[in-house]
Amino acid sequence: MSLARRIIPCLDTDGEWVVKGVQFRGLRRQGDPAAFAARYDREGADEIVVLDIAASRDRRPTFLETIRRVAESLSIPLTAGGGIRTLDEARAVVRAGADKLTINTAAVQRPELLTELANEFGSQAVVLAIDARRAESGWRVWVRGGDESTELDAVSWAIEGARRGAGEILLTSIDRDGTLSGFDVELTAAVSGAVGVPVIASGGAETPEHFLAVFQQGLADAALAASIFHENRVPITTLKRFLAARGVPVRMDQVARTADTC
Amino acid sequence: MILTLVDYGAGNLPSVERALRRLGAETKRATSGAGLAAADAIVLPGVGHFHALARALAQGGLGHALRAEVDRGVPLLGICLGLQAFYERSEESPDEPGLGWLAGVVKPLPTGVKLPHMGWNQLERRGPSALLAGIPEDAWFYFAHSYAALDAGQEVVAVCDHGVRFVAVIEQGRLYGVQFHPEKSSAAGAAVLQNFLELAR
Repeated sequence: MSLARRIIPCLDTDGEWVVKGVQFRGLRRQGDPAAFAARYDREGADEIVVLDIAASRDRRPTFLETIRRVAESLSIPLTAGGGIRTLDEARAVVRAGADKLTINTAAVQRPELLTELANEFGSQAVVLAIDARRAESGWRVWVRGGDESTELDAVSWAIEGARRGAGEILLTSIDRDGTLSGFDVELTAAVSGAVGVPVIASGGAETPEHFLAVFQQGLADAALAASIFHENRVPITTLKRFLAARGVPVRMDQVARTADTC
Repeated sequence: MILTLVDYGAGNLPSVERALRRLGAETKRATSGAGLAAADAIVLPGVGHFHALARALAQGGLGHALRAEVDRGVPLLGICLGLQAFYERSEESPDEPGLGWLAGVVKPLPTGVKLPHMGWNQLERRGPSALLAGIPEDAWFYFAHSYAALDAGQEVVAVCDHGVRFVAVIEQGRLYGVQFHPEKSSAAGAAVLQNFLELAR
């Protein structure tokens, strides 16, 4: 009996369609978020993240409708985010069916937002998304989808975010994102060892070994990936069996059921 | 059969509604004690801070109305914070009493483990359970909380562990409660909700 390490497929969308970009650039459409989410639910994903990476004002109603469609058939938790700046926008996302919210740029601009969100929805619903890039020493926080650097140190910002009410950290390595060279294990371990809240590692996953490393050496509580799942290069069932065989606690009952029907 | 959900603004109410409808249940929402009349079964959802729920239950006699329905034989399922409300009080909000239907106090989970206790965990069964009937012993359930009841009375049919053993499932007469979120717990969670629907028939 112990808490399972979570495998989380991420649906990066333009508000409506799942899109793919390398190092936050060069978007191309990959499919319907609701169809992807339903498939991952069946395959034993532990949670789904859906992000509006365009996050443009006038496309907001479209993204809310996307959240609604994804949530409708989902039997596992749903996290949504991208461009949430105010309490009202957060309420709309929760009402649409998200169990948790990710906050990124808006929290850097106004850290009190984390506390306001935690007071309204509970810390367990507030996920601080941090996009980090290696600097001369340590890692720097970047905002606006990785376009703009800040003065913040990623580890210090994670500690402050948790203190202000974030119940989880979604930690993306910009250096690794889309490179298929594996998670930034060192970054993940530095953040996970410094905060008392769960840390989701993101950016760079390509093989089951990458997941094993980020759980074992990176101390990640969950690991997130997009294209390897979308393109079925590493099926979730295969990944979980691989991890379980190497002593990583993962939720397997759903996996077993899926296998029976294959 | 109509399943009534207590609506006091809990974030997970729509999720619970969707999960029950997927099982074919007809649901309605009650915002006050009066709305509970003619309920065949009641769900008290909850996620977030104890004080929001404690205040809602104290207002307009909602807590008393719930008790009256349970005494009338209507099954009541408390989810997460909904279960915590059954206890005397919670250290998350010491000034606002809980319903006091179960002996004990809701306490913070210990430091030294990651909090919130967020994700999928397994249960340790303590006795026969109607809610868990037919569900494999090693099934996984989704948790998202930092507080829990630690006192184990006769009503506790399953516990979980995250830094400390805590109450995961209670059953006492027509009173049922789960600390995890069945509405988010995939097939195992759907089976718990299905079992609860059977109890209401």
